Amino acid sequence: MPDWGFFLLLGLIGGSYVLLVVIMLAADFFYTEPSDFLESLQRPEIQYAVKLTLVSCTIAAILSLWVATPLGYLLSRFRFPGRWLVDTLIDIPVVLPPLVLGLSLLILFHIEIGGWQLERWLRDDLGFPVTYRVPAVILAQFSVAAAFAIRTMRVTFDQINPRAEDVARTLGCSRSQAFMRIALPQSSRGMMAAFTIAWARSLGEFGPILVFAGATRMRTEVLSTTVFLELSIGNLEAAVAISLIMVAMAMLVLVVLRMLGTEMRS
Amino acid sequence: MIELQNVGLSMGEFSLSGISFRVEAGQYAVLMGRTGRGKTTILEAVCGLRHVKAGRILLGDRDVTDLPPGERGIGYVPQDLALFPTLTVAEHLAFALKIRKSPQKLIDERVAEMAELLSITGLLKRRIQGLSGGESQRVALGRALSFHPPVLLLDEPLSALDEATRAEMYDLLARIRDRTGVTTLHVTHSNEEAKTLGDRILRLEHGKIV
Repeated sequence: MPDWGFFLLLGLIGGSYVLLVVIMLAADFFYTEPSDFLESLQRPEIQYAVKLTLVSCTIAAILSLWVATPLGYLLSRFRFPGRWLVDTLIDIPVVLPPLVLGLSLLILFHIEIGGWQLERWLRDDLGFPVTYRVPAVILAQFSVAAAFAIRTMRVTFDQINPRAEDVARTLGCSRSQAFMRIALPQSSRGMMAAFTIAWARSLGEFGPILVFAGATRMRTEVLSTTVFLELSIGNLEAAVAISLIMVAMAMLVLVVLRMLGTEMRS
Repeated sequence: MIELQNVGLSMGEFSLSGISFRVEAGQYAVLMGRTGRGKTTILEAVCGLRHVKAGRILLGDRDVTDLPPGERGIGYVPQDLALFPTLTVAEHLAFALKIRKSPQKLIDERVAEMAELLSITGLLKRRIQGLSGGESQRVALGRALSFHPPVLLLDEPLSALDEATRAEMYDLLARIRDRTGVTTLHVTHSNEEAKTLGDRILRLEHGKIV
């Protein structure tokens, strides 16, 4: 096969997927009127959902990165008993049906253990109710997003030469100093990628939020549940408009994060 | 002084046992042997990066067998150099002193002194990306020597250099030996390096030092 034929074949096969994404978005765009966007954005419950989406996704992504960095490093650098089990457990939130994950969270917070219940303890003793409230939205998003962030951070540390940390230890560093001064600064691009993936996953999360946090307007409604609520009352135009707002938000966040990443590298 | 007494090591299916030798203080010893015979493993054991199954390792009058790498006082230059990608050349030279919380004035003086010794003063503000093989080698040497270690371990430091740069490095290593008096163990499989630099040649053959 000549080179041009090879590249044409690659372009056609790969391009078919890109085309699918583009025509889907185009179909959404042409289905809605500008007035649908304006009407949607003027509604207070949608404005609340936009704000809650931005805040909850950001908190879930920060928490995911907080967990993913040490766990990714441990899995990448050390062979410890039960490592394979930890490795497998991390993937469970990814492969589990989203509704089952939400149900598992709901059961975890409400199961009675010798007359003690996690939700009751958090609500009555600590004054921090979770289920069907904003913390439940964040926890539902975090439980899936963290798994993706951990995978990203593990690959990041796999690609960083551990010899530099070894040399740092011969120069007087403890393991924690070698991690903080040598490994962590090298992982900044991976951390940015892990944060981005966690944020994007959180934005698209729907099943666990619906089960664990509910879809109560002006309370636990995020944009993914807004689409569901608008569809359930037959308001297809608003559902599509909100979907496109989500696409715009996702693209904006991805572009900003990429620019930040480039700035950090330079 | 570096002394190994009946040291036993293993790495997967590969193992060494009964390794014993002594390098006197201020001596420049060259450890030779064919590829894959365990020269690097021995160096890593002396550094504390590899667990010793049996025997003792002494540095001067200290038994360092169970000490962590950072408490052994060893300057180590691995074969791949393992420079720090996020640090500048000056930060490499200052690294060990900063870890030891040395006063900034002392660090600045030492960085300038090392840069002069290694002829890398013009590179101090640069990051390591884009340095030539010889320049990288000098930075790794400077990083290893910055904190005045009594012992220097070099793992095939000249193997990736062209002939002209290698000749420069011979001069530099000889100058370091004369100026610092550091006890050096240099791993190589080059006879030329051993003859040019070594006060003493150790050979690793059939799992034993001869």
